[in-house]
Amino acid sequence: MSNKEWPLWEVFIRSKAGLDHKHAGSLHAADAQMAIENARDVYTRRMEGVSIWVVKSSEIHASDPYEAESMYEPATDKIYRHPTFYDLPEGLEHM
Amino acid sequence: MSIQKLKYTLQLADNALILGHRISEWCGHGPILEQDIAITNTALDHLGQARSLFQYAATQFNQLPMADKEQFFSSAVLQKAITSGSQLDEDDLAYLRDGWDFRNVQLVEQPNADWAFTIARSFFYDCFSFFFYTALQKSKDETLAAIAEKSLKEVTYHIRWSSEWVIRLGDGTDESKARMQAAINERWMYTGELLKMSAADTAMLKEGIGADLNTIAPLWQQRVELVLHEAGLQVPPAGWMQEGGKDGRHTEHLGYILAELQFMQRAYPDMEW
Repeated sequence: MSNKEWPLWEVFIRSKAGLDHKHAGSLHAADAQMAIENARDVYTRRMEGVSIWVVKSSEIHASDPYEAESMYEPATDKIYRHPTFYDLPEGLEHM
Repeated sequence: MSIQKLKYTLQLADNALILGHRISEWCGHGPILEQDIAITNTALDHLGQARSLFQYAATQFNQLPMADKEQFFSSAVLQKAITSGSQLDEDDLAYLRDGWDFRNVQLVEQPNADWAFTIARSFFYDCFSFFFYTALQKSKDETLAAIAEKSLKEVTYHIRWSSEWVIRLGDGTDESKARMQAAINERWMYTGELLKMSAADTAMLKEGIGADLNTIAPLWQQRVELVLHEAGLQVPPAGWMQEGGKDGRHTEHLGYILAELQFMQRAYPDMEW
């Protein structure tokens, strides 16, 4: 018996039509098709989704947390970048 | 109410209950967390189908004339309930019938053995129930047609899942191929009964209620050959087949399943939790 683990996959679920796929978690699977089927069983058992994406975890490239200061702090005092100075019409949501 | 329709409904219900129970034995023992959840979901699908079918069977039973009721089940505890005038429900049918009153095919009571044997059993059954429920959707009996339509969505997933595993193991390593082939060969003799008309099957086909197993048989054979071929596995030759489950003749395994399944209700009647 081989003790080699199946690769890890990141799972993204769209909860209903029109919304974005959101990261739901990760799981192990031998290939992409099995990853989608496993995701169906692990993450959509309680009607959480209508669409599934899977991406090999090793294909995800992330920003370095040690560079957080230089990456994100320069934005904190640039309040003028937020479009908060407009009057929105009544009834407009999701802005 | 026809006795044959009740027998027919119990054939379907018992297949679902016993296979669901067998598969549920994997809960907590799956080879990997994700597949443990997948196979347990499948067990719950089968148990859900069993519930709908047992509820319908109980309704049919309760409408039978007393003389027929007294003849139908042999277990002492059911006899007592029937003669005292009680109505039976889904739980009575699942937990209080004796083995010879179960009408499931022998295939579904076979032990899990290893993952390959479990997959082989599900694969043979899923290929059958996919075409069976497709046909049963056209039943003149509205309840059976509705149960078939709902079940077919679940079965469509089951057949994909078990076929994928047959291909994965057949087309995998030397060891996985040998073990998958052994499981296919060993369980093959239990497949004939799935497709052979019982008296209840024949009677229900005549009334436009049941599905025609003779038209399902070539579809089953074709699907099984297609998947085995893709998996690089040999299709076992047609040969002598085990049968009897639909008439209440079972392998020794059913008794052990019922001992575990029925223990609580038999030892502590009417307990709830």
